[in-house]
Amino acid sequence: MSGETAVYEPVFTGAVLAQLEALYPKYPTKQALLLPALWLVQEARGWISDGAMHEVAEKIGLTAAYVRGVVTFYTMYHTHPVGRHFIQVCTTSPCGICGAEDVARALVEQTGCGDLGSTSPDGRFTVIEVECLGACGFATPILVGDDFIESVTVERVSEILARYP
Amino acid sequence: MGYPHPIHPKETPVLSTHFGEADARTFDGWVKRGGYAALRKALEMTPEQIVDEVKASGLRGRGGAGFPTGMKWSFMPKDTSRPHYLCCNADESEPGTFKDREIMRWTPHALIEGCIIGGLAIRAETTYIYIRGEFTEPYHVMVKAVAEAYAAGALGANVFGSGKRHDVVIHRGAGAYICGEETALMNSLEGRRGNPRIKPPFPAVAGLFGAPTTINNVETLAAVPHILVRGAAWYAGLTLSSPKSTGTKLISVCGHVQRPGVYEITLGLPMKELIYDLCGGMLPGRTLKAVIPGGSSVPIMTPAEVEECATDYEGIVAKGSMLGSGGMIVMDDTTDLVYQIMRLAKFYAHESCAQCTNCREGTAWTTRILERLLAGEGKASDLDLLLELSEQMTGKTICVLSDSCAAPVVSGIHKFRADFEAYLTGAAVPAMAEV
Ligand SMILES: Cc1cc2nc3c(=O)[nH]c(=O)nc-3n(C[C@H](O)[C@H](O)[C@H](O)COP(=O)(O)O)c2cc1C
Ligand code: SF4
Ligand code: FES
Repeated sequence: MSGETAVYEPVFTGAVLAQLEALYPKYPTKQALLLPALWLVQEARGWISDGAMHEVAEKIGLTAAYVRGVVTFYTMYHTHPVGRHFIQVCTTSPCGICGAEDVARALVEQTGCGDLGSTSPDGRFTVIEVECLGACGFATPILVGDDFIESVTVERVSEILARYP
Repeated sequence: MGYPHPIHPKETPVLSTHFGEADARTFDGWVKRGGYAALRKALEMTPEQIVDEVKASGLRGRGGAGFPTGMKWSFMPKDTSRPHYLCCNADESEPGTFKDREIMRWTPHALIEGCIIGGLAIRAETTYIYIRGEFTEPYHVMVKAVAEAYAAGALGANVFGSGKRHDVVIHRGAGAYICGEETALMNSLEGRRGNPRIKPPFPAVAGLFGAPTTINNVETLAAVPHILVRGAAWYAGLTLSSPKSTGTKLISVCGHVQRPGVYEITLGLPMKELIYDLCGGMLPGRTLKAVIPGGSSVPIMTPAEVEECATDYEGIVAKGSMLGSGGMIVMDDTTDLVYQIMRLAKFYAHESCAQCTNCREGTAWTTRILERLLAGEGKASDLDLLLELSEQMTGKTICVLSDSCAAPVVSGIHKFRADFEAYLTGAAVPAMAEV
């Protein structure tokens, strides 16, 4: 369990627990809380560890194996720690024909990540290539954490990265 | 309007009238613009009257399949011994499509109002809006607007004092194109992997949480308030070509045009006018090579097909493709079509939920064969092999993602065969390293 602290600290205490409990009346089943609960974990911890999957499973009344099966289905949940700033760049065809692959290359080079999917040695950035971000008219869109940035060109990359120390 | 561009005289702004106006996002700003009048009207109507009005308008689903909305609503049972649900599909992930995003970012209350009216029509007291995880800004705008709508009494136990209840719950996806397929969306909402379900049972019989459910696209629901306020006859009269294609449609245009953006047209507008007048045509010195008119899942069109095409459901079918979601990808003569078709196949291979063998294997093999071709390692028999594979991927799986992968491949090989052959004969320089 890479990056896991020796003693697991539960996520669902205090305010985070209250946020989860506020969701209960919105759904007729407890299981429907799974995706929202996983989002709460990722917001609090940056990623979803095995320990967190166990905790979520227990909270919702599922098995940890089931929770893992769901977590790994979705691309936005991280099962490993990632850089402080997680960058998603679209390279699907509509962006691809407008230079997205060059933008992705520039991001990998200028962050020092070395490769798509890798984290820079200083832990500042992780860059991954993703499929259509639903903003194809504004090629190339990228997500830096929760910040959606449109019309990124190779020329703009260094200025954008400088905003994320 | 042609967001982010000013309104073009050939547009018909209805849903997009207030795109770009920050004030339109607020409850008061929306009411000032005539918002929630449709809901007040709907609260005085019976479910049947709402369904009939939408039927008479001719509105068809804007999510891709184009199924008549009023008819879909009429499939819902009248008996309410079990709860009914409305799901709003805000998963918008089809390459080329970026219209629902603008509806949610700029006119969140139009969508909320459409959800409540849809809920009244199908006797549902809850709408779940399933919004893709990557849409961070639309998500925050929608959450804020829903809170405002509760505070103003448009949502909750007693909608505008009518004694009727409606709740809207915003549910975030977590990255999976397949969750836009309606039954996968329901599984995902229920806390499962987003695998499509075998139909029947259809959602109107056993959908979300096993209860009768209707799923509608964002743009479909956002059109409904306008129909109630201005009347079905007005909406049905908005057509430039086929009487089966009524109303306005948001077309998101991307790729090699001067002004990519979201344009609202009366259905039937000539595609040529859309590309050359509204979007400003090709970049200087370039010519049109191909258009994928309805999101990446529909067949590719040639310039000759574009030339005479009416932009509506029937017009595009007549020219060998489909209106789909209205996500139009325009490609000029600098495009390596074979490479882009490979890239689309790779998209489908990545997004396949892998339940069906023909889809899982077919999307992966299609990608691999195209990569081999692009590396200059193709065999003469590869094009037939690709067509054969596509045949095995069409109409043989639980959902149509598999068919969607085949569409650009088959149409590409049939309509642009020379581009593929150039990689076989060595006339084209390999576009990829050996695989
Ligand atoms: C693979 C796949 C992906 C889809 N993605 C979307 C989507 O992102 N948004 C959407 O509204 N419909 C999508 N659809 C269509 C939905 O299944 C469904 O037909 C639609 O939401 C119905 O709404 P409408 O009748 O209002 O169009 C998708 C279908 C498939 C097969
Ligand atoms: S066709 Fe593909 S995406 Fe659809 S259910 Fe089958 S494997 Fe999943
Ligand atoms: S293809 Fe890049 S955002 Fe759609």
